[in-house]
Amino acid sequence: MTGMIYPAIIMGGLGLIFGALLAFASKKFHVETDPRQANIRAILPGANCGGCGYPGCDGFAEALANGTGKITGCAAGGSALADSIAAILGVQAEKDEPKIAFLKCKGSNDKTVKNCVYYGEYDCRAAAVVPGKGPTSCAFGCMGLGTCVSVCAFHAMTIKNGLAVVDAEKCVGCGACVENCPRDVLVLVPRKSKVNVSCNSPLKGPDVKRVCSVGCIGCTLCAKSCPVQAIEMKGALAVIDPAKCINCGICVTKCPTKSITDRRTNEEKAVSAVKETISV
Amino acid sequence: MKLPSFWGGIHPPQKKDATVNKKIEKYLPKGDLVFPMAQSLGAPCQPVVKKGDRVLVGQKLGDSEAFVSAPVLSSVSGTVKDIALRLTSAGIYENCVIVENDGLYEKDPSWAPLDNYPEADPKEYLKRIREAGIVGFGGATFPTVVKLSPPPDKVIKWLIVNGVECEPYINCDNRLMLEEPEKILEGLRLMLRLFPEAEGVIGIENNKPEAIKTMESEVSKQGDNKISVVPLAVKYPQGAEKMLIEAVTKQEYVMTALPADVGCIILNVRTVHQIREAIAAGEPAISRIITVTGEAVAEPKNIHVLLGTSMRELIDFCGGFREQPVKVISGGPMMGVSLRSIDIPVVKSTSGILALTASNSHLAPESACIRCGRCFEGCPMGLMPSVLNPLVLMRDYKAFEETGGMNCIECGACSYSCPANRHLTQSFRDGKSTIMAMRRKAAVK
Repeated sequence: MTGMIYPAIIMGGLGLIFGALLAFASKKFHVETDPRQANIRAILPGANCGGCGYPGCDGFAEALANGTGKITGCAAGGSALADSIAAILGVQAEKDEPKIAFLKCKGSNDKTVKNCVYYGEYDCRAAAVVPGKGPTSCAFGCMGLGTCVSVCAFHAMTIKNGLAVVDAEKCVGCGACVENCPRDVLVLVPRKSKVNVSCNSPLKGPDVKRVCSVGCIGCTLCAKSCPVQAIEMKGALAVIDPAKCINCGICVTKCPTKSITDRRTNEEKAVSAVKETISV
Repeated sequence: MKLPSFWGGIHPPQKKDATVNKKIEKYLPKGDLVFPMAQSLGAPCQPVVKKGDRVLVGQKLGDSEAFVSAPVLSSVSGTVKDIALRLTSAGIYENCVIVENDGLYEKDPSWAPLDNYPEADPKEYLKRIREAGIVGFGGATFPTVVKLSPPPDKVIKWLIVNGVECEPYINCDNRLMLEEPEKILEGLRLMLRLFPEAEGVIGIENNKPEAIKTMESEVSKQGDNKISVVPLAVKYPQGAEKMLIEAVTKQEYVMTALPADVGCIILNVRTVHQIREAIAAGEPAISRIITVTGEAVAEPKNIHVLLGTSMRELIDFCGGFREQPVKVISGGPMMGVSLRSIDIPVVKSTSGILALTASNSHLAPESACIRCGRCFEGCPMGLMPSVLNPLVLMRDYKAFEETGGMNCIECGACSYSCPANRHLTQSFRDGKSTIMAMRRKAAVK
């Protein structure tokens, strides 16, 4: 019987001593964590797209908790998420416009000249370093090798007929594709901007015509016909200012090379047509 | 005796036989001449002539204020037909001055031999080299005057003349050494006046025994003990700056150092030859020697050609194509660039035109790495291509930099030695250029 008492006392005593040590250590070396960080992390989408500029959602939550992150930084979550983050942090969320990726190129395989056979690695970034900066004869247009497809965390990009196609329903405007496009032919535009120039080539008309039948030739017809002067010519490339544009679609009908994309629905088109007739 | 060389490297087939015994022929252009404004490493030039202007041989067509840049000179006399975008060997449409040749070859009177040039102030040489638009004719087209103006605290011990020509097929430097060795030596002696402490070394690979013999007999004839000829073992890429320094000076090269840091300046034989021509004969950099070769060319030749001549004319001069080429390359097969068209002007960097048939430009599809390590053995910079390649594919740029990826010289030895045909060199170019772009973006911010 006595044989059991001593081990029990020793084990119990050791347990008490270590317990006390642990209790002391947990008080002494306590790390202050912001409880808001975990709360914010829980409501972030968790796709780790990196569109906010931080290493994944964890990094973004930490930045938000210590006050360096922007509340509207998560494009994937949109304004609803920004509101919930603002509620957790106890601040007012400023409204950021929802954005969408847009391809400034219409030069699909049948519309452009491809004058070499590309054997190399199937990635736009790798193709951009070979002589001629890629397989397309236009040095500014979409190569269609799908870097944007591989970096999109929301499966919003596909390649069709040599061009990147943005799925408007899936795109959250995180900008990962824009960041990784070696030709800067993808841009973020406000979702409400429905009429955009689909060309990225600053070259003059004949030089564009030589390689592509749907590129902007810099004829200035759109700029002249715009009722609100929202179109500016940057060199030989028309650029629509989304802040001024009223999505009337007049430029789309004027463009001789059909290089302006109209993403309005039929209803929207009808509404602006009615407005036009009234104003006339 | 074992000849000096460097660590690593590969042994591609030489294939130089087709043009090795062909004398350099002079070709005068028939059509218009096209002068791209970006012909040297560094800032591109801006045109200094207008449409309709009459220009003379050696007259400046474009210049730039930047230090790292070289002017572009007209190689013919005639009228400026247009200033427009034209396809160049870079594969893109670049700003070019187009000159209509009047066939008179009237020379700009300001181009005369430098007065009393063997005794002139060496500073005058540098001015001349800049005005003559001389760049490294080896292919990198680095402005020579920048190379010859090292920081004053660097002592230059070796002035190395690069007669290695390790690219397969190409023979232009070899022929120049055989035909005009005295001019190369004179150019080297003029450059040695700039660096009194330096010794002149001419490095030539052992597959050019005739050239070694010619240069050696020329050196001994003139009895100059400051100049020596060093035969080197045959290995690619011996003509690369860092490899040549390692082979000639027998000192291990620090990967990130510049040649001037280890007391070396390297000039291609044609560059030295051109320097002599500019100083002693008043002949600016308006021409170069190129090898037109490859299995698809009917009659391969070495041609002395005026810059701006269309490549199509040169191929016609060589009897056209024997069979339809599937790949035409400007430069050699290892580091040259494939062309999209042959209506492209010859520029300062064009060392050759290589037309390959389907049978000798076959490219098998890429397959998985088998960890054989041949790329490790081939890499002259001591890098680990098979480790770096997945880092680029996974876009782990930080690890790519830490593993030394930025030191890659893009010689293509890894891609050549890879039995799985992996696109190694391309991926490193991609990684390097992406990192450089990221650094530039960070600097702007």
